[in-house]
Amino acid sequence: MKAWRGEVLRVNLTKGTITKEALDPKLARAYIGGRGLGTKILYDEVDPKVDPLSPYNKLIMATGPLTGTYAPTGGRYMVITKSPLTGAIACSNSGGYIGAELKFCGHDLLILEGRAKAPVYLWLHNGKVEIRSAEKVWGKTTHETEDRLRAETHEEAKVSSIGPAGEKQALTACVMNDKHRAAGRSGVGAVMGSKNVKAVVAKGFQSVQVARPKEFMAAALAVVKKLKESAVTGGGLPKYGTPILVNVINAHGFLPTRNFQQGQFEGADKLSGETMADTILLKNKGCFACTIACARVSAVKEGRYTGAGEGPEYESGWALGIATGVSDLGAVAKANYLCNELGMDTIEAGVAVATAMELFERGHIPERDISRRLRFGDADALVWLMEEMGYRRGFGELVSQGGYRVAERYGHPDLFMGVKKQAFPAYDGRGAQGMALGYATANRGACHLRGYTISVEVFGIPKKMDPFVTEGKAEVSKLFQDVAAFVDSTGICLFTTFGIGADDIHPMLEHATGAGFSLEECLRIGERVWNLERLFNLRAGLSGKDDTLPPRILSEGIPEGPAKGMVGKLQDMLPEYYRLRGWDTHGVPSRAKLRALALT
Amino acid sequence: MAKTLVIHPERCTACRACELACSMKHYGEFNPSRSRIQVNIFLEEALYIPTTCTQCDQAWCAKICPTNAIVRDEPTMAYKVLDDKCVGCKMCVLACPFGSVVLFPEYGKAEKCDHCLSIDGDPECVKFCTPKALEYLDEDNEVRLRQMATALKLKETYKEVTV
Repeated sequence: MKAWRGEVLRVNLTKGTITKEALDPKLARAYIGGRGLGTKILYDEVDPKVDPLSPYNKLIMATGPLTGTYAPTGGRYMVITKSPLTGAIACSNSGGYIGAELKFCGHDLLILEGRAKAPVYLWLHNGKVEIRSAEKVWGKTTHETEDRLRAETHEEAKVSSIGPAGEKQALTACVMNDKHRAAGRSGVGAVMGSKNVKAVVAKGFQSVQVARPKEFMAAALAVVKKLKESAVTGGGLPKYGTPILVNVINAHGFLPTRNFQQGQFEGADKLSGETMADTILLKNKGCFACTIACARVSAVKEGRYTGAGEGPEYESGWALGIATGVSDLGAVAKANYLCNELGMDTIEAGVAVATAMELFERGHIPERDISRRLRFGDADALVWLMEEMGYRRGFGELVSQGGYRVAERYGHPDLFMGVKKQAFPAYDGRGAQGMALGYATANRGACHLRGYTISVEVFGIPKKMDPFVTEGKAEVSKLFQDVAAFVDSTGICLFTTFGIGADDIHPMLEHATGAGFSLEECLRIGERVWNLERLFNLRAGLSGKDDTLPPRILSEGIPEGPAKGMVGKLQDMLPEYYRLRGWDTHGVPSRAKLRALALT
Repeated sequence: MAKTLVIHPERCTACRACELACSMKHYGEFNPSRSRIQVNIFLEEALYIPTTCTQCDQAWCAKICPTNAIVRDEPTMAYKVLDDKCVGCKMCVLACPFGSVVLFPEYGKAEKCDHCLSIDGDPECVKFCTPKALEYLDEDNEVRLRQMATALKLKETYKEVTV
């Protein structure tokens, strides 16, 4: 089988041992790679009840067979571990270049286990592996870390690292790579920090081969053409990036504003992709092998806050701006740059600030606890708190644990807007019922990337469905969840699915691997991965009771705008969803389903 | 008429598809480190600059080669390496002021861009460059001027990044 490198690199940090294991072709065939293969290994090797920040948890960096190839966007890697934020499975995807570089070093997966006695980084050099001291970069930002470790290793080495937030095991911590790209969600950076691993540095000179080069290139070029012709991947995304959604979702009335107290934001346009293009945008950028190039390279050169980097993306600008009621683009961009440099998930960090703001405004947090006022719309407070969180100082120490912990500490967990202790992203499920169901059922907690029904509810891809209606949403949610699990296992970016379908990805996978995948099988693998994640969560102690939404979403109508009066009608969709999944009424997969998916 | 490879760094999105296309075309595998075109990514400055052989009119690599293994191809006018003549002495690698000729010990022969010896179509990297940062154009005066402008920009950038 081609396209995989056929090697799993295992580093035991407690013992300081490095082992290379052959990738089991049967596992690769059943789980492909990335999210699927990483989940399978985590499920087999880690007790789901383990303390996520203990040495007994493992952190897996997984590429897919298409990572490192010309398959458009074929540069992704996945960070898989048990989440300290949610207690459920964590699985965070990132682009940039390091995923491909891992393959060029000869590794499909990297498994980090145990805990190093002192801070270390891994230097993966074309098949050679060294565990090196990271004392010199401990405490540094992700950007300083990258620069210094490149100077210590190879000037073109690619780096994944944690910032001060990850070192201090903040539950909002992410793993950053190539300076501006994030394996963002579920606190994966805290797990890396708990292992005393500051960074993974890679430079390889090896190749990735495909089984049928000519057919593979033809299939890839057909995908390039489709991506170019799509209004989203060939137009909106390269031109305005993901923030093109700000005005679109605002117009639909479900742009969650001020911790989900409103569905429209009066300052939305100030944070839109269109405004960014006229102001702070320098240019768009692609990740490895990406023909979409949606990333926003930006710089804030004037105003109270200056800085440069990438972003804000739609989710980041929403969480740091709209959820907090801040419409100052310079301040929001600055908060985004700080998140990247200090190593925090922009969504979790932004919603945590929004949660604290609502608690403060309602009088649940005394001013003395914060040492200042914390009202919605306060740009200075946002930027100040972001730095306090990144270094875990003062009030920031609590907020860096995410919104759920803040709301719980002050006795109002109901004011936390998220599922399974993970914050909602930038769509109010009350205005898009498919998202409400998707948030409630996503295995890693509230997430928009696990079944992006906005595609049908807003864009009409592949068909238009009314966002307010619940009918048919269980079916489409399940389908999208399974497709996303498949795509995330191949090594390409989920954003391709705006322009292409699984039937376009399948030929690339098949010609690359020559493993004999059928299209039907690809979707079954997606479903298998979804169910395996579910089994991990059930064994970790989660249950169907956790497939729920905050009371605000279930019972308080959106106060005004096009979605006025809407609530999340979860009870109208969840039983049907369980039934379509082949799960019982408590959300437990039936034996027949597990057998059909070869999971028993 | 001979054609030339024109590079527009301002259009480049740093996706490195050219590197993948090049290594696939010449070696049948994806291996950016062996690509004859390289995207130089300066994240801080938001500058992504593809560099490859400029096909010098007075090609030092060809002049210095003791076995005349680097010759000008007719009709593309690109310099190519004749593997059966190349003895792997690396004089060309030393002579090229741009680092456009490489020699990997494990393969033993000089490797450089030869525009895929493309007569009617585009070289592979151009075919796969979606943002059109690479173009294969007739070598008329306009093209030369654009190439010069690019070279001047490059010169300034190199100065900046090496100081």
